[in-house]
Amino acid sequence: MTQTPHISVQHLNVHIGAQHILKDININIPDKKVTSIIGPSGCGKTTLLKSFNRLWDNTADVKITGKVLVDNEDIYAPNAEVTHIRKKMGLLSQRPYPLPMSIYDNVAYGPRIHGIRKKQVLDELVEEQLKATGLWNEVKDRLNASATRLSIGQQQRLCLARGLAVGPEIILGDESTSALDPVSTAIIEDLFISLKEKYSIVLVTHILRQARRVSDYIIFVYMGKIIEFGPTEEVLLNPKEELTKEYVKGYIS
Amino acid sequence: MKGRKLEELFFRILMVLATILVAGSFFLIVGTVFFKGFHYMNLDMITKTPGGGFYIGKEGGVLNAIVGSFYVAGGATILGLLISIPVAIFINLYMDGKRFLSNTIRMAFDVLFGIPSIVYGAFGFLIMVYFGIRASLLGGIIAVTLLVIPILVRTLDEVIRTVPFELRDAALSLGSTRWETAKVVLRQIRPGIFTAILLSFGRAIGDVASVLFTAGFSDNVPTSLHEPAATLPLAIFFQLGSPVEEVQGRGYASALILTIIVLIITILSDILIKKFSKHKI
Repeated sequence: MTQTPHISVQHLNVHIGAQHILKDININIPDKKVTSIIGPSGCGKTTLLKSFNRLWDNTADVKITGKVLVDNEDIYAPNAEVTHIRKKMGLLSQRPYPLPMSIYDNVAYGPRIHGIRKKQVLDELVEEQLKATGLWNEVKDRLNASATRLSIGQQQRLCLARGLAVGPEIILGDESTSALDPVSTAIIEDLFISLKEKYSIVLVTHILRQARRVSDYIIFVYMGKIIEFGPTEEVLLNPKEELTKEYVKGYIS
Repeated sequence: MKGRKLEELFFRILMVLATILVAGSFFLIVGTVFFKGFHYMNLDMITKTPGGGFYIGKEGGVLNAIVGSFYVAGGATILGLLISIPVAIFINLYMDGKRFLSNTIRMAFDVLFGIPSIVYGAFGFLIMVYFGIRASLLGGIIAVTLLVIPILVRTLDEVIRTVPFELRDAALSLGSTRWETAKVVLRQIRPGIFTAILLSFGRAIGDVASVLFTAGFSDNVPTSLHEPAATLPLAIFFQLGSPVEEVQGRGYASALILTIIVLIITILSDILIKKFSKHKI
């Protein structure tokens, strides 16, 4: 790959309790592309994703060794500032979890904690991000309504807007469409494709067709190891490794 | 086949009987208090303090005890919340890597939860002696605060544990600090905080043993923290112990007032819980 990587993972090992979840992971996540992490349940996909923004920090019994470089800065370095690292990445989880506040406040939450106070600036930001996620026309008349009143598909787009409002460089999606209906799923997938102009996107998915539809690159993880990494078509249609071949054909799951 | 049906019937009857027993005793208690006390209920009871011959059946009311009870229970609940919310937040959101320690703290509060209120009264009394506080409103508030802290901590702890981890992750991944995340969690559990307040206030306003030596008793409405304060449970206790029929009746009327107060608070908190639940996932 000729591109400069956005996230560079070097010799990453993750232990949870006595289990060795991720084994010597080395990977370069390309800049401004969609990269999907695929693999069977329990293989370590989500663990890998969560290690990109140090969401394991608050969990007991988790031991992490190795390096994760984001913009050439090791996020696990002792002097790394965790809120600064997380600000660079928006996370979209399996189910939408809107904050217990209004639609407006959900989007404005991130900018506010990072010091933006001016109402005019916040108004513009909220509008911009709600437009970017295609929600604006649906919610512009009820910005002060509770976020939980939205449909689940709308909530997920709101969560995306909330993440984008912080001004991240990277979007992490953890099976972000698994709770959504097909129409909402298609909307989110299209958003990912359009957002890669500005952001590097890493998705965890167990839907191969989705990985094929949205991603430029695919990482296949099996039993805590990266088996194969390459352009989407290559990995899915012409895999080099026997394990990948079996997974793609549906022999292992 | 017949055996299974019989078993079904047997347990069904058992459940119905148990439910009737519980609901029945509720109505029996409220009914007794109502019928024995209603006759002695009048405006004077809730608007006047005891007059000269109140305890031999002459004019006056229990305003001193009503106000005293509100002061003690309200003060203790507020003070208790100020201590319990940080504790509950700390063991849930700041000690996540130290499960053993946080569970030990939880167990400690479980033990405190089970300690009889007379022990809190005695302990509160010791604190008062140490600081040279006499039986007073302040003393009562201190003892009752000790009593309600375990209730508040355990209730808040349970409520915080119902908040999905993903919500915390969502706040954290936006770059929140732990305290900012805690604030989101607190918003999420607002209805739960009201439940905790209700439980605490209900326990505080009805408890007699903890205020027995600490709050004292007075026929006047307390005007400062250092004056002794009457409380409804103690007022009921004194009046029911009287041989005068009139005074006994007023004892039941006082019990009726206490029951109504608790009822109103239950209904109010129910309304507030619904109001604050609107952002709940």
